Amino acid sequence: MINELLLMKSELAVTAVIFILLFIKISDTTSNETVLKIVNALLLLNVAFGFCCMDTTGELFSGMFKTNALMSFEKNMLNIGTLLISLLSYEWLRNHRHLPEFFVLMLSSLLGMFFMISSGNFLIFYLGLELSTIPVAALCNFDMEKKQSSEAAMKMIMSSAFSSGILLFGISMMYGTTGTLSFAELPMLLTGSPLQVFSFILLFTGFAFKLSVVPFHLWTADVYEGSPVAVTSFLSVISKGSIVFIFLTTLYNAFAPMGEVWYNLIFLLSVATMIVGNLFALRQQNMKRFLAFSSIAQVGFILIGISGGGQNGTASSVYFMLVYIFSNLGAFGAVQLISSFSGKETIDSYKGLYQTNPLLSWVLTISLFSLAGIPPTAGFFGKFFLLASGAEKGNYILITIAALNMIVSLYYYLRVVRAIFMEKNEQPVAAIQGSIYEKAGLLICVAGIIAVGLYSHFYEYIYALSAF
Amino acid sequence: MNLSLLIIIPLAAAIAVLLSRNGQQVKWISFLSSIAQLGLSLFLLSAFMSERANGNVSQMLFEQRYSWFAPLNIEYYIGVDGISISMILLTAFVVLAGVLMSWNIEKMTKEFYFLLLLLSLGAYGFFISLDLFTLFFFLEIAVIPKYLLIGIWGSGNKEYSANKLALMLMGGSALVLVGIFAVYFMSGIHSFDLLKLSEAHIAIDVQKIFFPMLFVGFGVFTAIFPFHTWVPDGHSSAPTAGSMFLAGISMKLGGYGCLRVATYLMPEAAKEYAPIIIILASIAILYGAFATMMQKDLKYINAYSSVSHCGFVLLGIGMLTKTSIEGAVMQMVSHGLMTALFFAVIGMIYERTHTRKVEELGGLLKIMPFVCSVLFIVGLCSLGLPGFSGFVAEMTVFMGSWQNPEMFYRIATIAACMSIVVTAVYILRAVGKTAMGPITNEHFLNLKDAAWNERLAAIVLVLGIVAIGIAPFWLSDLVSPGAELIVNKIAGVIIY
Repeated sequence: MINELLLMKSELAVTAVIFILLFIKISDTTSNETVLKIVNALLLLNVAFGFCCMDTTGELFSGMFKTNALMSFEKNMLNIGTLLISLLSYEWLRNHRHLPEFFVLMLSSLLGMFFMISSGNFLIFYLGLELSTIPVAALCNFDMEKKQSSEAAMKMIMSSAFSSGILLFGISMMYGTTGTLSFAELPMLLTGSPLQVFSFILLFTGFAFKLSVVPFHLWTADVYEGSPVAVTSFLSVISKGSIVFIFLTTLYNAFAPMGEVWYNLIFLLSVATMIVGNLFALRQQNMKRFLAFSSIAQVGFILIGISGGGQNGTASSVYFMLVYIFSNLGAFGAVQLISSFSGKETIDSYKGLYQTNPLLSWVLTISLFSLAGIPPTAGFFGKFFLLASGAEKGNYILITIAALNMIVSLYYYLRVVRAIFMEKNEQPVAAIQGSIYEKAGLLICVAGIIAVGLYSHFYEYIYALSAF
Repeated sequence: MNLSLLIIIPLAAAIAVLLSRNGQQVKWISFLSSIAQLGLSLFLLSAFMSERANGNVSQMLFEQRYSWFAPLNIEYYIGVDGISISMILLTAFVVLAGVLMSWNIEKMTKEFYFLLLLLSLGAYGFFISLDLFTLFFFLEIAVIPKYLLIGIWGSGNKEYSANKLALMLMGGSALVLVGIFAVYFMSGIHSFDLLKLSEAHIAIDVQKIFFPMLFVGFGVFTAIFPFHTWVPDGHSSAPTAGSMFLAGISMKLGGYGCLRVATYLMPEAAKEYAPIIIILASIAILYGAFATMMQKDLKYINAYSSVSHCGFVLLGIGMLTKTSIEGAVMQMVSHGLMTALFFAVIGMIYERTHTRKVEELGGLLKIMPFVCSVLFIVGLCSLGLPGFSGFVAEMTVFMGSWQNPEMFYRIATIAACMSIVVTAVYILRAVGKTAMGPITNEHFLNLKDAAWNERLAAIVLVLGIVAIGIAPFWLSDLVSPGAELIVNKIAGVIIY
């Protein structure tokens, strides 16, 4: 009994936090600041709890739910990301009317992701996926006064419903041709018949929508721009991370016999994603839109890592997600801090930021450099390993395109750096005094960006876990 | 001798700079650290020579090897041979001079010195790396500080220049990245170890595709034609120390990479592509020289002449004889010292007269004798007067090139030689107009000669130039075993 509970410990812990929050909501007397204190403490506990008994391996519900050390680690990464988001959005949440609901929704979505990551069957996978997306649509609307926010929520729910529909269609056809929904049994029953390939492509499209792979990326920018920064960062980091993880599991295990098909698909889509994401990012003025397109381009790079397959493919993708959590949350954290103190979100308004907020500028710069893949930040190592994983297949056209795309991406990351350090501004953003939470959050991000790269044990650890 | 100290000292100084309280502390920390770097590299030289004298013939000395990312066989693997030591010495000289020349930086002093130290860290790391991953890591570390140095402290069209430089150099390193992957996977040994890779056989078809990538990738750093366009903009917009670092150190990263990585690992392709390299190098030499003739700004003059002088480096590598490769390395050292000194002098003149236009300058010799004497020295070195390093290096390149008996190589050598005449024209014109003749502006009469820090910087670099010019043999002895190794590898190559 204890063992079975331990297998689901991450899920149970998150559920417990959700219940505590619901009780807090019912009592409805505590002030926002106290709630935030409690929530952050709980999330911290949740992270700490995640790291005990990590290497429990096993399955429940006759193979519907599986877990192993790698999955526990992935869940812990998402836990850390959620904690960071909660820390970084302190200023925005402090005055929010619906604080407990925010966390209930966010954690429900997280719970869905956990089930999705651990799923061993398309049914529970689909349940997890829906549980993870529907609350986020509500979260997108959390800037209650802004019209844009509602628009974002609408777009989010429409596009995710659409993609779920496609995914479900693919799953049902897959069931029709193979007679099974279990990931473990699927490889033996795949014959590569045209109908199966078709249903696989539908499934793949569903994933591509969630990952905002070009040409299924059109919802991303609008949703990212309209949503509150906290939700945007949740979408672009946590949500994307969970999809990458389950994508890896399904491709490498369930669809292993279809390697040829998915390799070609990934090749085409990653090239398109990198190029389109980068080209659109070039002209953006709004920081959130800018980060949205840059994160589309990042997905292109992750796809290269995934295309490598095997232990290297898993390790490099998971490692890159770890790097990405710290770098992207660092960038979003800085953007959020500036946005909630001064309301400014355009790149032009960042001019002269270094004069007033030197430390914050460095945090943002380091995060952007990490996203661009400049050493000694972790992004450099992450990108290097992704490309190394892709290069193993011997497809140097893909690698060359990716390497050239890194230059394009450097151009637009440097645009922000240039605005911060070099350009003058009559009215720069005033000096910002963040609370201890935000400082802690940004500090963790920067420490992560530096340490995860240079300290090689992180990668070696993930590599060892990826043997599953 | 612990080679890692070359990385640790700049790193420690950079961290100390960040923690220090005021500009004065920052300057002294950087100064002391650059003195320590110079001392360390001189000590390294003597330790290396005594090891060699004691009969230690292993290819690399003072090796250190730690596993870094075990799953991919990535190691922190460092070691030096004569070629790397000469580069390290060059770096140490230029860093010291650069730190001294920035003594009067008022704006964001802390950040400025931090970036300078970071840049020197990247350069040292690059020159001592024997693992391609580590090498690439340090190569890229050295790019972004340049961007910020130019963009924040530069002058003129600085943002444009900084962007252009960063993007072109990153483009170069993107090509290098692809080449490194190809070497790693195609050699069949899945290792980034430079020495192991040099023994593994890489198929000629693979070499033919990836040698150009690696060579051009590194070549961008050393202004290979037609990827030289960042040089004039970058140099002219950079602050004095930035130009010095850029021309003195950063451009040498490329030459060293072309030699140590591209040519050494893929000798067959190097032989195959040698004519193209030579043509490009000759174009750079002549085009650079003629373009310099038309320049009116002292910094542009030195920038374009750097394109021309770096052409000699590529020419020497392309000629693939032992002497020419020796010459290429000597030219790297010589040009590094010389051009750093030239930019230092230009910086001194500009800081006083607030102009870099040759026509607005004149008669400065009477007003600031020290600055102008240094200007003469550097000018004469640049046009290749015997007794200075420029002559020695270029002569060696020409001698090595002439050893190739075929007509094509001879013609290329003669064409390159002709640039010397052009160089003499533009150097004498610029130096003569600046130092001699009537004083063009009466404000110049109140100007002071060089301050202690500027004198020290100039003397350090002049010492280096003269040391090579008068006694070139220590340098060529240092370099020649490394060059011989590369040439032997090429000689053993059968062209299919």
